[in-house]
Amino acid sequence: MKYSIGGFCDLFLDFCKEVEELRDRLKLDGKLAIIDAKGLTHKELNDLMRYAVFELGARKFKLLNITGQRYIGTRLWAPNMEKLEIEVHGFPGNDLGAFLGGHKIVVYGNAQDGVGNTMDDGEIIVYGRAGDVVAMSMRGGRILIRDDVGYRTAIHMKEYKDKVPVLVIGGTAQDFFGEYMAGGRVVLLGLNLGDKPHRARYIGTGMHGGIMYIRGKVEQWQLGKEVGIVDMDDEDWKFLEKHVGDFCKEFGFDKDEILSGKFLKLKPVTKRPYGKIYAY
Amino acid sequence: MLEGEFHTYMLPEFIIERRQDRCIRCRVCERQCGFNVHWYDEEMDMMREDEMKCVGCQRCAVMCPTNALIVKPHPGSYKPNANWTRERLQDLKKQSETGGVLLTGSGNDKPYRIYWDHIVLNASQVTNPSIDPLREPMELRTFLGRKQDRLEFKFGEDFEDVEITTELYPNVQIETPIVFSAMSYGAISYQAFKSLAMAASEFGTLFNTGEGGLPKELRKYGKNAIVQCASGRFGVDPEYLNVAAVVEIKIGQGAKPGIGGHLPGEKVTMPISVTRMIPEGTDALSPAPQHDIYSIEDLSMLIYALKEATNYEKPVSVKIAAVHNAAAIASGMVRAGADIIALDGLRGGTGAAPKMIRDNVGIPIELALASVDQRLRDEGIRNKASILVAGGFRCSADVVKAIALGADAVYIGTPALVAMGCTLCQKCHTGICNWGICTQDPYLSRRLNPEIASKKLVNLLRAWSHEIKEMLGGMGINAIESLRGNRDHLRGVGLEDWELEVLGIKGAGE
Amino acid sequence: MRRSRRVVLPDKDHQACGLFGVIDRSGRRFSGEMAIEAMTSMKVRGNGLGGGFAAYGIYPEYEDYYALHVMFQNWDMEAKHRVDEFIDANFDVVYAEEIPVNPDANVYNPPLFWRYFVSPNKKGEDKKLSDDDYVVKKVMEINTGIENAYVVSSGKNMGVFKGVGFPEDIAEYFMLAEEYKGYMWTAHSRFPTNTPGWWGGAHPFCILDWTVVHNGEISSYGTNKRYLEMFGYYCTLLTDTEVMAYAVDLLMRKQGLPIEIVSKIFAPPMWDIVDIMDEKKKRFYTTLRMNYGPLLINGPWTIIVARHGEMFGITDRIRLRPITSGEKGDMLFVSSEESAIRAVCPELDRVYTPMGGEPVIGRLRSREKEIAKQLSEVE
Repeated sequence: MKYSIGGFCDLFLDFCKEVEELRDRLKLDGKLAIIDAKGLTHKELNDLMRYAVFELGARKFKLLNITGQRYIGTRLWAPNMEKLEIEVHGFPGNDLGAFLGGHKIVVYGNAQDGVGNTMDDGEIIVYGRAGDVVAMSMRGGRILIRDDVGYRTAIHMKEYKDKVPVLVIGGTAQDFFGEYMAGGRVVLLGLNLGDKPHRARYIGTGMHGGIMYIRGKVEQWQLGKEVGIVDMDDEDWKFLEKHVGDFCKEFGFDKDEILSGKFLKLKPVTKRPYGKIYAY
Repeated sequence: MLEGEFHTYMLPEFIIERRQDRCIRCRVCERQCGFNVHWYDEEMDMMREDEMKCVGCQRCAVMCPTNALIVKPHPGSYKPNANWTRERLQDLKKQSETGGVLLTGSGNDKPYRIYWDHIVLNASQVTNPSIDPLREPMELRTFLGRKQDRLEFKFGEDFEDVEITTELYPNVQIETPIVFSAMSYGAISYQAFKSLAMAASEFGTLFNTGEGGLPKELRKYGKNAIVQCASGRFGVDPEYLNVAAVVEIKIGQGAKPGIGGHLPGEKVTMPISVTRMIPEGTDALSPAPQHDIYSIEDLSMLIYALKEATNYEKPVSVKIAAVHNAAAIASGMVRAGADIIALDGLRGGTGAAPKMIRDNVGIPIELALASVDQRLRDEGIRNKASILVAGGFRCSADVVKAIALGADAVYIGTPALVAMGCTLCQKCHTGICNWGICTQDPYLSRRLNPEIASKKLVNLLRAWSHEIKEMLGGMGINAIESLRGNRDHLRGVGLEDWELEVLGIKGAGE
Repeated sequence: MRRSRRVVLPDKDHQACGLFGVIDRSGRRFSGEMAIEAMTSMKVRGNGLGGGFAAYGIYPEYEDYYALHVMFQNWDMEAKHRVDEFIDANFDVVYAEEIPVNPDANVYNPPLFWRYFVSPNKKGEDKKLSDDDYVVKKVMEINTGIENAYVVSSGKNMGVFKGVGFPEDIAEYFMLAEEYKGYMWTAHSRFPTNTPGWWGGAHPFCILDWTVVHNGEISSYGTNKRYLEMFGYYCTLLTDTEVMAYAVDLLMRKQGLPIEIVSKIFAPPMWDIVDIMDEKKKRFYTTLRMNYGPLLINGPWTIIVARHGEMFGITDRIRLRPITSGEKGDMLFVSSEESAIRAVCPELDRVYTPMGGEPVIGRLRSREKEIAKQLSEVE
């Protein structure tokens, strides 16, 4: 028993096996590393991935039997590193690709909370749904989610000059969608809604940068008071053409049909939503 | 000071006395004042002043080559009233004229009890020799981070040939138990930020980036940096995390527990916007909570996200404002994986905070520290995290008392600002700082020369460290470890029973 | 000593956790294995300082009797003796035994557990009480009157098994995978911030056949607690969960409100949403809020509440704590993380996260009609 009661146990470290003991979970096929993650803790899995990259020279991953392991891709940053491709089969845990430094992650299954949390660069593609706070504080790169997302999606997304993160969601989103957004582009397609409206409330509340495109029905009362509806221009259509196009290519949807739908473009009313709440 | 169509009913805070016989009309005061108090009246060939604008920062008085200026509190007064003080009346007028939230800078200035002034230190007499720090070794070196319960050893041929087989958790070494507290680039000027980095690097201690990121060219100071990951996640990229000595999750701040930050758009200039990664002129909003932390197991999730992002090579600190349940929260933080617990007390400073929050929320650091330290000991987990305390440390004796209460090291913010020139005029939130510290206006900020300011900071660290050694020596202690949590060396004066009990110290004479 | 050392207890513990619940709506009974495996996959949501399970339908041979699970702290045989006497005096005992355990399980300092299958034996004034109220009263008497004895579960044909350890350790100790079959299981993994070590502090929290497992912290605790005190509920366990359990007991058992209404009391819609509703709805929500405002549960929370025949999971109104629901045929799952559901049932017909304050309800098919009728009466 590695932990004592009233004493202390480190959940993430006390139950982990060393890489040497886990070596048989890893098969290397040229630059492709295949890992059977069944029953592994995230520390063990990420140790193995790091080992495969930095000791064995792996550049691609196929992760099998993923069930709830967190932080996939997080521990693979190094200065000037080659970009890796990570295939995830199963259901990854929270903080998938948190602080991601440029790699590509494709999930064949649903993802949970915190996908792309504070992600800096790279791409995350989810063949399924994702949970709350997707793309929180995202700084760059792209996330494509085929189905729905949860609460507080794209919260505090950022951008600077040409580093503009992009998030495309095929389904619908829940409340506080785009809360506090300071930059970036978010596209919500509502493909699985049919004639039903989006249900999210407080859309774009506190938003002070970036743009949201929403396809499907949204009423004025669902919008936060800091956003306004503006007209689409050519730039917008060009943008959608590209990213919705990639989305459709990835997941097999009909781009033209989607783009023929009505899009609502939302922008913050001001860069300074709270500039006037203080006394001198 | 006019807003809308009202004529202001505010009284000036300061009065400026200009001794005309000394004034040589050099107009230094006019150029030095970012608030535009002084102006030259050509017709009369004399300097005049608009007292309504004066904040009492004393920059003009200090810079005046002939010492012609005296700036002092305005003697004009309402009818004295213990309940409705001048400050209360002025605030009411301000709010009736603007409809806004009262904003202020710096730390809580209300007369809450300062426990440091009710705690006295011990010294050796007869039974135990005091030690002279000038001639004998006196050690302040401190390690911040998680420690093991026990170490295991492997012996070779003999006892000389021995290896420690237990792997240590990452720790960071500092040469004095004093660390500069979090002040972000954005809240303070580039020059002030760089001065802190240079001084920390020269003295062998740490500075804290706050939540404004670390500009690329200053990343060479990374090994002396505590980098913050706060609710706005400004400037948090993988390199930023990996160049640092310590990564700190900021949950709260003593000056404004429970609320977020708001760097006004005027302060978000081009270089700030690069570092924070938001468009120029945008308000930099830090949400009140971290939106991926709504509970203790979420904290655990972020702690380990950061450990993953830094390959388990850095200690992770979690900073909270000292609040009512600090002890229980701290216990949870340690169990959630924090290597360092940073506590920021009621008197902690800030670049901007709503006045009601600054002056009314949180608890004094002395009580929070004592109860957190005791709680972690009761649970047998004190060695699992270091405790860093912040919030109103004024001198080296405060530091010594904090360490004896149980702190590993102390964060200083206001003393460092004062060392660089600050006079606590509490106008940090205006973006104007005549001392070049709390401003992004290049005309003002270039007044602060990092070469000089960093020297002053190093001087301050040196002076305090020396005083700490003197006090340690007096107690017959030559290693800072032996003072840590050594409450036998403290006694209370003028404290109630419950206060002594929370502090875990005896009354003087007991 | 002039100064006696005051024992200052924390106001309450602050905790956060992993939750899981599963019901087979056809009523088919299954072993505890599924709940255990789900909890194991969410190990990092707890910290080994508390785990527990509630299982429904496990005692069919005694289904008409209240099953009292009694914990004896420190193996206090004097307490055991007093409880035996108390139960003999107030109940008819049909069967009693020590709860079988696996001594090799990885748990810390386990107390003694007994179970008593009883029916009320009311005397004098107590005859006016319903059976349920009588049992509640007697359970409170044991819990507050007999030192070192605690009734951890008191419903019919169900039981709570909990203690200090990871959930899988607790399950192993009580042999839940091998010994019990139920049609509904809820489970809890605990991450407390208070001093651990007390088996009674673990979840689920139980009164009669109601059980509650809870994740989060209630910032309205003081308000809720003092309101409930007016109705004779005294919170003594220093946990948020207790407030939840009593609020559920008051509204659902005593006042007979269905969860569809109770969820609107715990997690009412925001005023700005109410303001744009039609007049009828506006009046409904306004009245509900005006009257039951003190039972608005504020702060971050998810709970799973169960009683015979139904289970529901619900979060606070801005969903500050997670919940995911999954369905596969008759099986309905609620969990803190989807991966825990997938760990025990990889293929699901449907999986979703409900909006904040909207309950996920799992009912036995046989009870659905009855509840629908009750609901139509309330509205």
